[in-house]
Amino acid sequence: MIDSFTLSTGFGAWNAVFWVIAFLIAFIIGWLIWSRGEKTYDTSTSATASFLSGNAEPEKEAVHIRAGNLYWGYTDALSGYYRFIKPLHTGNLSDYFLAYLFVTALVLIVVVVLK
Amino acid sequence: MDILFDNLPGLLIAIPLLGAFLTPLLSRAGDSIRNAWVLIVTGLSSVCGLLVASQVLETGTIVYTFGVNTVSNIIPPDSGGIPIRIIFTIDPMNAFMLIIAAIVGFCITLFSVSSMERLSGKDGFFTLVLLLIAGVYGMIATGDLFNFFVFLEISSLAGAALVAYRIDKGVAAEAGLKYAALSTIGGMLFLVGVGLLFAQYNSLNMAVIADRMQLTGLDIIAFVLFFTALAMKCGAVPMHFWTPDSYAMAPSAITAFLVVSSQASLYALFRVCFTLYGGQINPLTVGWVIIILGILSMFIGVTMAIPQKDVKRLMAYHAVSQTGYMLLGVGVGLAALSSTCLSQSIGVMALKGGLFHIMNHAIYKGLLFLTAGVIMYRCGTRNLNQLGGLGHNMKWTMVFFMIGALAIAGIPPFNGFASKLMIYESTFLFNPLLAVIAMVVSILTLASFVKVFHSMFMGPKLPEYENVKEAPTPMLIAMGILAILVVLFGIFPQQVVDALVAPAASALIDYQGYISAVLGGA
Repeated sequence: MIDSFTLSTGFGAWNAVFWVIAFLIAFIIGWLIWSRGEKTYDTSTSATASFLSGNAEPEKEAVHIRAGNLYWGYTDALSGYYRFIKPLHTGNLSDYFLAYLFVTALVLIVVVVLK
Repeated sequence: MDILFDNLPGLLIAIPLLGAFLTPLLSRAGDSIRNAWVLIVTGLSSVCGLLVASQVLETGTIVYTFGVNTVSNIIPPDSGGIPIRIIFTIDPMNAFMLIIAAIVGFCITLFSVSSMERLSGKDGFFTLVLLLIAGVYGMIATGDLFNFFVFLEISSLAGAALVAYRIDKGVAAEAGLKYAALSTIGGMLFLVGVGLLFAQYNSLNMAVIADRMQLTGLDIIAFVLFFTALAMKCGAVPMHFWTPDSYAMAPSAITAFLVVSSQASLYALFRVCFTLYGGQINPLTVGWVIIILGILSMFIGVTMAIPQKDVKRLMAYHAVSQTGYMLLGVGVGLAALSSTCLSQSIGVMALKGGLFHIMNHAIYKGLLFLTAGVIMYRCGTRNLNQLGGLGHNMKWTMVFFMIGALAIAGIPPFNGFASKLMIYESTFLFNPLLAVIAMVVSILTLASFVKVFHSMFMGPKLPEYENVKEAPTPMLIAMGILAILVVLFGIFPQQVVDALVAPAASALIDYQGYISAVLGGA
């Protein structure tokens, strides 16, 4: 029965049922650890408050990090790559044709040379 | 009843074409009648597609000739051994693609009935939708190169008109123009290739040409014209520039089907490489050209997706990236199958992985574009910077988006993982660097969709979307069907591979079988 869930890749295998079972076991372990945690602390004191370098924590309802503020580190680290790749996407139809004809010529050369 | 079953391949095209031409007439009777008509027509053509596919998988390749009573009349006695009529050749590879088009075609129509509710010009819209569906079915089913060109043009023109449908201050019209112009140039160069082959072999039938192929200089030129036209139509880098423009501006349900239309071009690309030029063209060279296009598409697609702020443009770049996986899998398959140093099983597994990814991608990317459509429908914007907190009110849409996002990122147990695993493992044995790049691209895909998920659904309720409602029921049903398939194909991947993918891969490899199915071993 369990074999029917197994995907054979020819070099290995993958079984979704084992994944689901492993996920459940991890969930149960997590829940057990959480349930054995300290239950007596007082949530009304500042003991549970976030520490933001001494600044007041803004209301949670007032904070939403917008898409434009995400992954700035990633794009900054790859700024050299993006400086090269973004200008290629000009939006100009003539450039689209040029890319198409360039690839056609290149593939023709490769296929003829390596026939 | 038998006559209906015997003519299912013909009905596959006839039903949506007839449906399209009658839609403007029925629109005069009111919106509900037109909507019911469009749903019935799409439902019937999807049933036809699924029945044809099941017939092929049970009994083998179907050769359907328009205008003859019996299969023995396929080749007229006075034609010099050349089948001269319009012939549909549907082997398990075509059946595989028909199943994809049938499922997604029905879901996008169901979605459109609701999503287009507030807009005008729906008679023209649904006429074009049915023409697009007919065009894609024709591209998949035909065994004739000129017919393929005709259906390619039908789907391209209907697709371009649908991209431009909303006009949107001219931006959509510009995107539609770009799609139409590039498709026309691609189509014309494809037609030149058809002419070169016809001039030499006196036939337009793929099986006849494959049988007589000599690989002359003109044949090589025709091959390159086919190859680049179809690679451009499927959005391979660096010919992908039209994809984000068109996918972003088309209505979301249309974008979901444009993905299938691109995959029909991808199918044709594989058909040209494996069948039309099977055993003639150097598979190692062509395999590596496909691999390089695949790697470029994967990497440039995903890296261009991450900084996008328009959710549909972002998803469009991911479509380019995912096409790269399919090209990689099939390219490795083609190269490895011809290699004397590598086991054939590596090539077969890579090919199966690439094909399985076509099906999975059509389903989860269709689902993702539909969720983007719901956001547009309810919030009126695609700008991620303006969205947030929608998970509070749109729980079903959020769950469907999560399923699609996890699947595209290759997270188990969803369907994207199963096909990517097959590609990773076989590609690793072919060339480990390719597999590493594929895995890095998957990680970047996950990062990109985490951003989209956070931006759209997480955070506090924004004042402007305080009272936003969940999607209407038809939209939820359309997304639900695709989401269920994403989960089922992820949990039972071996069944899908055994029933659909393996026969498709075998049919693609066995070009002699394709030829003899049409010519009867002639």
